[in-house]
Amino acid sequence: MSMALLYAGSGIILFSIGLHALLVRRHLLRKILAANIMGSGVFMVFIAMGARGDAGVADPVPQAMVLTGIVVSLCFTAVAIVLAVRINHLTGCTTLAIDEESAID
Amino acid sequence: MTELIVHQHWFLWMTLLPLGAAVATFLAPRQARWIGFTTALLLLLCALLAIAAAIISKAQTITAGNWSTPLGIELRADGLALVMLAITALVGFIVSCYALSYFPARGHHQSRTHYFWPLWLFLWGGCNALFISADLFNLYVTLELVTLASVALIALEGGKAALAAALRYLFIGLLGSLAYLLGVGILYATYATVDIALLGDMLSATRLNHAAMSLMVAGLVLKSALFPLHFWLPQAHAKAPAPVSAVLSALVIKCAYVILLRLWFEVFPALETIAVGHLLGLLGSLAIIWGSLMALRQERLKLLIAYSTVAQIGYLFLVFPLARSQTMAAAWVAGVLMMMAHACGKAAMFMVAGTIHHTAGSDRISRLAGAGGPIGVLVVVFTLAATTIIGLPPSGGFFAKWLFINAALVTGQWWYLPIILSGTLLAGAYIARVLGWAFLDVKRSSYPVIPWVMKWPPLVLSVIALLFGLIAFEPVQIALIGAPVSTGVLVELRP
Repeated sequence: MSMALLYAGSGIILFSIGLHALLVRRHLLRKILAANIMGSGVFMVFIAMGARGDAGVADPVPQAMVLTGIVVSLCFTAVAIVLAVRINHLTGCTTLAIDEESAID
Repeated sequence: MTELIVHQHWFLWMTLLPLGAAVATFLAPRQARWIGFTTALLLLLCALLAIAAAIISKAQTITAGNWSTPLGIELRADGLALVMLAITALVGFIVSCYALSYFPARGHHQSRTHYFWPLWLFLWGGCNALFISADLFNLYVTLELVTLASVALIALEGGKAALAAALRYLFIGLLGSLAYLLGVGILYATYATVDIALLGDMLSATRLNHAAMSLMVAGLVLKSALFPLHFWLPQAHAKAPAPVSAVLSALVIKCAYVILLRLWFEVFPALETIAVGHLLGLLGSLAIIWGSLMALRQERLKLLIAYSTVAQIGYLFLVFPLARSQTMAAAWVAGVLMMMAHACGKAAMFMVAGTIHHTAGSDRISRLAGAGGPIGVLVVVFTLAATTIIGLPPSGGFFAKWLFINAALVTGQWWYLPIILSGTLLAGAYIARVLGWAFLDVKRSSYPVIPWVMKWPPLVLSVIALLFGLIAFEPVQIALIGAPVSTGVLVELRP
């Protein structure tokens, strides 16, 4: 159980690190990476959950959920990267810091 | 005939049909418009049949692949799911009609037409799947489906502002849903199930469960853009093409809110949630005031409507503090009515704003000076739709606010009364400001002719929004099929 707790705890730490970076960092690629780290943290918590219960037999349901989660996170990363590349082509910058007033028209 | 209606799982078709059609429109972009329109028509029909089936045989459930609940996935068409499916079908059908003309088959924006239909049908399928999902993980997957399609639809315009709004929306969506998913994981750790009904029976007030609830509520609040987490909404909704703005404001916001409503009334009743309810109520009240004040200050019609959405979301969150034992049903029904009324009214307003932008060349409110004459129909449609936003009788918004005020008085939370009243006044003020410009006595030379599909479908929706209060009894009866609240709705004032 302590091993599972260690994994779950590390998952939550990863989640927090990702959350911090997603909010603080401005570079789009860093934000995308941060979101991925957050996702990995959540998945680690799920995997740790699978270890609970009868000794030696892992619960397969959280693993199935993580697989689904990975697919979702892959799709999101792909779309985010496409958008980031497109923004970079159009504006030449790598952040979302566009002057809102000039952007309106 | 009755047999046929009851034994078909119509609500399942309402998920499969749009997803299939989305693939078809993607593969055959030239046929996209008529495939999309036919699907919209069929979905409207399916919604009616699903409601008929539910009236005859109460709430229906399907267990996917016959795997029973702790392991399997359950799909359930209860009252809340049915009214949401129906309102989505109605708004979706009208938006589809409007989009036929907004995204023309030919012209230099042809690629936009080709991408709009598959994405919109994916979004529609995702929404429908979300409403009928009965387990927390399925809700996560469907919510992500909806978010992903919305992001792509916001980016449809292709300009740098639209792309930035889309990417910001994507990050917000991801943040919200990961927080929600972490909460689901924590709940799964203790109870080894994600089924809503099973969890609702087993949950007890432990510290871990409160942590899970906080994470899930925070994630969903971010996704439904409650003040002060609304900062992403005005840009995202105002930058999108008009049919997309209509769908985002009318339906997508409601997806996260529906999950929250389910969690609150079906999963978390055992937890001590009064303090959280008060916090959500406080934020809702601030949203009403702040959103309305910001709407009053906007120079652009679409931004004004987007800020009005921020304010309207505030009303939805008054459900949580107001749902106490004897007002449980009243507050719940008020929330559901508010969702439906807002969906009709706001979709119509965004479509009109799109048409005005199309004809007047800009959506600056000052450009509307004297528009009451030449494009009077649009101004009338806008006004009719706005009645439900302000909450004038006999609109659905009026009845929802009436029930809220009722619940506030019965539970002795009188401070929500001035909030609702000042929200109503401010809404009246920002709508009157638009009308004030439109009816200025200024001669405007020429407006291009508006195609009829851009003029009449929004009118249908706004008339429904206006008269919704008169027929509100039926939707409420349907919503209460298998509802988590007892069926007695108080409608008398009793301080």
